[in-house]
Amino acid sequence: MQKVYSKIESIVGNVITVRAKGVRNSELAIVTTGTDQSYANVIKLDNDLVSLQVFSGAQGISTGDQVRFLGVPMRVSYTENLLGRVFDGTGSPRDNGPSLTDNMIDIGGPAVNPAKRIIPRNMIRTGIPMIDVFNTLVESQKLPIFSVSGEPYNELLARIAMQAEVDLIVLGGMGLKFDDYLFFKDTLEASGAMSRTIMFIHTASDPTVECMLVPDMALAVAERFALDGKKVLVLLTDMTNFADSMKEMAITMDQVPSNRGYPGDLYSSLASRYEKAVDFEGAGSVTILAVTTMPGDDVTHPVPDNTGYITEGQYYLKGGRIEPFGSLSRLKQQVNKDTRDDHRALMDGMIKLYASYKESVEKKSMGFMMTEWDEKLLKYGHLFETKLMDLSVNIPLEQALDLGWEILSQCFEPNETGLKSDLILSRWPKKLND
Amino acid sequence: MANTSGRVLGVNGNMVTVEFHSAISKNEVGFIQVGTDRLKGEVIRINGNTAALQVFEMTNGISVGDRVEFTDEMLSVSLGPGLLQQIYDGLQNPLPQLAEQCGFFLQRGVYLDAIPNKSWDFTPTVKVGDTLYPGDTFATVPEGLFTHQIMVPFTLADIPYKVVSIKKQGTYGVRDIVCIIEDDKANKKELSMVFTWPVKKAIKVYEERLRPDETLVTKIRIIDTFLPVAKGGTYCTPGPFGAGKTVLQHMTSRNADVDIVIIAACGERAGEVVEVLKEFPELTDPKTGRSLIERTIIICNTSSMPVASREASVYTAVTIAEYYRQMGLNILLLADSTSRWAQAMREMSGRLEEIPGEEAFPAYLESRIAEFYERAGKVRLKDGRIGSITIGGTVSPAGGNFEEPVTQATLKVVGAFHGLSRERSDARKYPAIEPLSSWSKYEGVIKKQKVEYARSILFRGSEINQMMKVVGEEGTSIADYATYQKSELLDACYLQQNSFDPVDSSVPVERQCYLFDLLFKVLASEFAFDDKKQVRSFFNTIRQHFLDWNNVPFQGERFKQIENEIVTLYKGKQAAIDPDAEKLI
Repeated sequence: MQKVYSKIESIVGNVITVRAKGVRNSELAIVTTGTDQSYANVIKLDNDLVSLQVFSGAQGISTGDQVRFLGVPMRVSYTENLLGRVFDGTGSPRDNGPSLTDNMIDIGGPAVNPAKRIIPRNMIRTGIPMIDVFNTLVESQKLPIFSVSGEPYNELLARIAMQAEVDLIVLGGMGLKFDDYLFFKDTLEASGAMSRTIMFIHTASDPTVECMLVPDMALAVAERFALDGKKVLVLLTDMTNFADSMKEMAITMDQVPSNRGYPGDLYSSLASRYEKAVDFEGAGSVTILAVTTMPGDDVTHPVPDNTGYITEGQYYLKGGRIEPFGSLSRLKQQVNKDTRDDHRALMDGMIKLYASYKESVEKKSMGFMMTEWDEKLLKYGHLFETKLMDLSVNIPLEQALDLGWEILSQCFEPNETGLKSDLILSRWPKKLND
Repeated sequence: MANTSGRVLGVNGNMVTVEFHSAISKNEVGFIQVGTDRLKGEVIRINGNTAALQVFEMTNGISVGDRVEFTDEMLSVSLGPGLLQQIYDGLQNPLPQLAEQCGFFLQRGVYLDAIPNKSWDFTPTVKVGDTLYPGDTFATVPEGLFTHQIMVPFTLADIPYKVVSIKKQGTYGVRDIVCIIEDDKANKKELSMVFTWPVKKAIKVYEERLRPDETLVTKIRIIDTFLPVAKGGTYCTPGPFGAGKTVLQHMTSRNADVDIVIIAACGERAGEVVEVLKEFPELTDPKTGRSLIERTIIICNTSSMPVASREASVYTAVTIAEYYRQMGLNILLLADSTSRWAQAMREMSGRLEEIPGEEAFPAYLESRIAEFYERAGKVRLKDGRIGSITIGGTVSPAGGNFEEPVTQATLKVVGAFHGLSRERSDARKYPAIEPLSSWSKYEGVIKKQKVEYARSILFRGSEINQMMKVVGEEGTSIADYATYQKSELLDACYLQQNSFDPVDSSVPVERQCYLFDLLFKVLASEFAFDDKKQVRSFFNTIRQHFLDWNNVPFQGERFKQIENEIVTLYKGKQAAIDPDAEKLI
């Protein structure tokens, strides 16, 4: 029963309305404009008046265009053939490959039963000391990278994608600059990680509605691979663009805005995506790392603020480095007890000293006298920033811990570090002249 | 009367408009038939012959013309033995059983019995011919730690009933008819051990409400001493993300001196509930020596579960609390987070196109919040026993700014305010309750004047600290610097508490008093110092002693040893005692 409707009642923003019967909520339709076709989905029913959001935007749609309802919700193909491919927000190929229509699965499926969840237990190694040592990424974690525009967040994501020990990477790009899209593609291809990557890309020049579909597409595919036993890492960049396109839609639909124009369900909408991160007992897992750019470096902006309440910590990217303060992995306690006996103590000890270094820097800038202790801290801070914090550093966790001890021993006497005596005895680097 | 039916007219998000033809009531439950699924919804607005339903499930696939059946019942929960230890969603669907049936995902349209079909050892407490009123007990069954009272349903009209028949002592299924009563017109009512109650109505079959005057001990020093909570009282914990709201609530749920803890995880992370689910069975309740999960009920409607049932979840939780209060028990209800509940109301209000109030919250936000917290309270039951419900709600203010509608509406109705601060949590000072701006109207475990004296030192210390930022340490007098150090000492050794240390994580009242007394003597002392270096080193040493003292078992050998060291230490430097404080010692 595929009836075609050819009278569009209204066109507002990207939303069109038609009079139709027997249409289901969230159903997919095809709008034909001349030779162009676009998908649209049902977002509101009011008697026989059906509101649809048109994925490719409503520009050029005429009141006489045809709307054909498909009787199915938005779907995406789930096969091994997805690997290495690039799609847009509607699941159509963006590369030159064939379009995939086998084994279609629904997107935006139901939530995982909390009773079936398990406590996260596996670390994901990234080779970045500021993550591995200080704020360990854990399988099934959901973590945003808070950053301002201009920071190298996409470079960071690409590096994690290449180095993280996972089976599969799903990259969801929202409002990406075309250059950034090419950067991801080239970097992943060059490193050979492309064969285990699936990309859903919406660039800044693509229609807004497609932007809203990207996370659901990416996560639906990721979830199915996880159920089939794969360890999946989902990278989403940038969730602020996603929220902004929701805002645009909400305003078009005359919804009452709640905070700075964002719709009242911003929290729920973000949460239903982030909560897809899960570790399936007896199968694989989904880990989500997302970029949230903070307009004006303001963490109280609705998008980072709501995100912070949803996610399990955050990485602050500032000045090209992951800030140790403000960054937090809520799940690190679950794993860093089993890595190496000195991991936790060294992590805490080094951060405390770094905090003291920051105080010394402040004192120095205010023109106070520098004591011998301040000088030691300044040396330590410098070494810490160049040898551990720099994003180009790429070493395994164990080596990073050794390096930590090395830096401490270059700057301090053992009893100045505040670390426990037995750890110092076993880990403090032996000086050559000893 | 046959149940009313209707048909779908429109769908907008989780709001469905329905056309109907005979009488329906507000808050009545209706089911929408979508293919093979039956989706539950609640009538929230009626206009002419159309009704607006908020649907507790995803509304994909609903079509205009779909059939809707109304049940003639308000949104209700089942009450009876077997509620303890359960994990429910916001609509009282048992999640573990749902997982058994549906696997990893929450399949929509599946509603299971909330009360497990099991048999109980039934002991009647009345005989044929006795007179009963609604809320009166007619039998008991043992449920874990408690004697669960089987009561005449509160839903019946408040008139006397005569017992016509009652089952003898024995084992009966929870839904078996165990008692028959009749009113003066000889209308018979058959009673089982289970009945239902509409969640949005408070249960009021008690004699009178009392003033909450007994401290609810949480074993968290800053709360019990400085910002106490009372049994039957209310308190709220607002704080920005990462300030430790949930950790604090988990600490409270483990240690609180109550009979039953109900945790309503409302719109928060699923991972946090999992920690409770996996940890509580392993932990022992120090009061009873049994597993903590035996006194716990979890209502779990996490952030990715449907929004409308999030709204219902806090009501489900408080109704279950009221039911157990009728048995003369003390219940603590922890709602995390009430902001998510308010947001659920906001979403619905937006769909109903109501005129928005501040930050688009509906105008009735304040009255709903007040209504919810007012369901707490200490009551005297008809048989003279006392029961209480204490409600503690977290608030997640946008941007960590307390000047927002939910925080402000909550502050108007609660009896204690535990404001968490980002500064304190960034400095790893846990629990990160801001001691100066928080307040409580309840009685604590330590004499008020003493606490006030200690608090005045905190105030003074914070002032001096502000001043020092401007004039530097060198511009501060030795006496002021010592006061500042005293306030830091009080903060480090009393207000902060290590939730990971087996001893320090829960401090009984006796130990709190003991620690406070000694600390008070130090705070009240005026010391003779020559310079600031001496001040710093003295307080560093004494702080280290107090911290060590906090981590050793109470009244053990090591405990006494450290105590003596502290006494020697402070007496050695003591020059005088502040006369204001001396009166209090």
